[in-house]
Amino acid sequence: MMNNPAHNLLDEALGLNDDAVSGSSCGGGSGSVLLIEDSVETSGAFILHHLMKRSLSPQRPSDVIIFLSFAHPFSHYDRILRKMGCNLVMKRDNKRFLYHDLLMLKYPGPDGDQEKAIESMLLGLYGKLQKTVELCSLPETNKNITIMIDDVSLMEVAANGSSNRVLDFLHYCYSLTTEYGCSVVILDHEDIYSSTDRPSPLLQMEYLANVVIRAEPLATGLASDVHGQLTVFNKGVRHGFGGLKGKIHNFHFKIKENNVEYFYPGSRT
Amino acid sequence: MATNKPRTSSFSRNVAAVPTSQVPGLKHGPNGTIFLSTGIADLDRILGGGFALGSLVMVMEDSDAPHHMLLLRNFMSQGLVHNQPLLYASPAKEPRAFLGTLPSPATSKDHKSRNDTEQEKALRIAWQYKKYFGEQNLDGQRDVKAEYCCDFDLRKPLERHALSGWHFDCVSLQNSPNLATLEGRCSAFLAKFPRSDGNISTAGRIAIQSLCAPHCEFSGKEWEVLAFIRSLKSMVRSSNAVAVITFPSSLVSPTTLRRWQHLADTLLSVKAIPDEDKELAQLLTGYQDMLGLLGVHKVARINTQVPVILEATTFSIKLHKRRILILECLNQAPVDGSSGSSYASSGSCSVSPKAGSLDF
Repeated sequence: MMNNPAHNLLDEALGLNDDAVSGSSCGGGSGSVLLIEDSVETSGAFILHHLMKRSLSPQRPSDVIIFLSFAHPFSHYDRILRKMGCNLVMKRDNKRFLYHDLLMLKYPGPDGDQEKAIESMLLGLYGKLQKTVELCSLPETNKNITIMIDDVSLMEVAANGSSNRVLDFLHYCYSLTTEYGCSVVILDHEDIYSSTDRPSPLLQMEYLANVVIRAEPLATGLASDVHGQLTVFNKGVRHGFGGLKGKIHNFHFKIKENNVEYFYPGSRT
Repeated sequence: MATNKPRTSSFSRNVAAVPTSQVPGLKHGPNGTIFLSTGIADLDRILGGGFALGSLVMVMEDSDAPHHMLLLRNFMSQGLVHNQPLLYASPAKEPRAFLGTLPSPATSKDHKSRNDTEQEKALRIAWQYKKYFGEQNLDGQRDVKAEYCCDFDLRKPLERHALSGWHFDCVSLQNSPNLATLEGRCSAFLAKFPRSDGNISTAGRIAIQSLCAPHCEFSGKEWEVLAFIRSLKSMVRSSNAVAVITFPSSLVSPTTLRRWQHLADTLLSVKAIPDEDKELAQLLTGYQDMLGLLGVHKVARINTQVPVILEATTFSIKLHKRRILILECLNQAPVDGSSGSSYASSGSCSVSPKAGSLDF
């Protein structure tokens, strides 16, 4: 593993090293749901970038990413991925990176039936998504599709705080995983829900997910050479003889412009 | 060696290739970002150059002291100096009155004395490198720097006539039942600064003071305010402008506060320090001179995934010669205690029991 820089602790924890060529780009095989949780202090967006780069690499010509962006404009991702050695503009032109700019998406206004308006807004979005997925999974093209959402908390803001509608949307996306075998990658902020007493939407998302990645700051504060720690809960690691076994991985990371270093605590001098 | 020949090694810095601020008041940063000055030289330095164009800055106010006004005033005055248009919104009935309290740039004498000390410092640290630069080059850089960020004399309010040639726009939050008016004004203002590659004539500044203050009547409309901040962020991102919002963090519910913090590109907080806190006075050197504390919780991360890790996140706000705002590292810093009480209540940073007993 040491002499192959492409393999790292994150890929290993996601179970990506065994099926490097076939299967989906995110953990748990195709049809999986991956949830990334982060906090104000430690952003988990770099995991999205990592998975994007992995899916769009030349070794995986049949992968397509459908990207629903509530957070950043295309140029932001383009600049980041370019530094990682992946040209998003080209991938977009090749129809392998389907970027949806939803930065200004919001429900029309307080007049009329609010719930209905939000519902129809999200249904419209889902309809677009489903059509794209259908087109991509035609038998002659047969692509591995990954749907990425950056991020769900902003989607809730766009839906005027109606997290039930947002959860419905995510359930619909989940249904796509079984129907078309596409994977879903969701980014959300864990600390938002930490002070609510009612059952949080995050628990529901965790229930849906096959893999949960949690990015946290170090308990001792941030340092310049360790940017935080990742905890990966993989609910479905294929274990030796085909049995399923949940597994927890825990390691530190340091983010650089062109890649991220992953290492076990204390393994670096 | 030929000493009078210009150095042309392949490692020399290519100064000519970098377009150093064709527009006064703007500075190119890494990753294709462009900075404008915060109006406080030290804050510019801490943030790596200033506020990046297209970023949303949020300042968490202290409920006891108006220190956020210091940041806002300098930010707005700097805009005036560079003749960058401003949109100012506040819960006051007459927001325009606040413009009369803006500080004016320090007189050249003060300015010079501070520059001299800076120059001295620079010489002491970098005397070895001096031979690698031409003298002219060094001078030119210093001039640009001085122009980029002024020192403001907080004791000397701006004269009325200085405002005459400046494009500014004031919005009062008090009489508007919802945020649609403000959003409309912001979007009209930002439409004047569309982002087109490479070609920038000027940049805009938006300053919103005390969003969600009790007299604005937005208290029950958390999602509406969130939606406003989100759309403001999206609009600012696609234009050459910076928006600074200050808000009373104690009045916002913890969940919403987290959401606001996530929305902010750059997150700052200000804190007053009590006059008679003997315990603190013992801990910190120069306690008597401090006005308050500034916390830097998040630095804008535009076009990059690498987080900015600062050496210190809490700085003391002081006045240089009782006039000019400066920021200093705490010399003996209980960093966690100072940022802990209202901000990171989830205990993310190391909250040692020692620091916890300090309540300020």
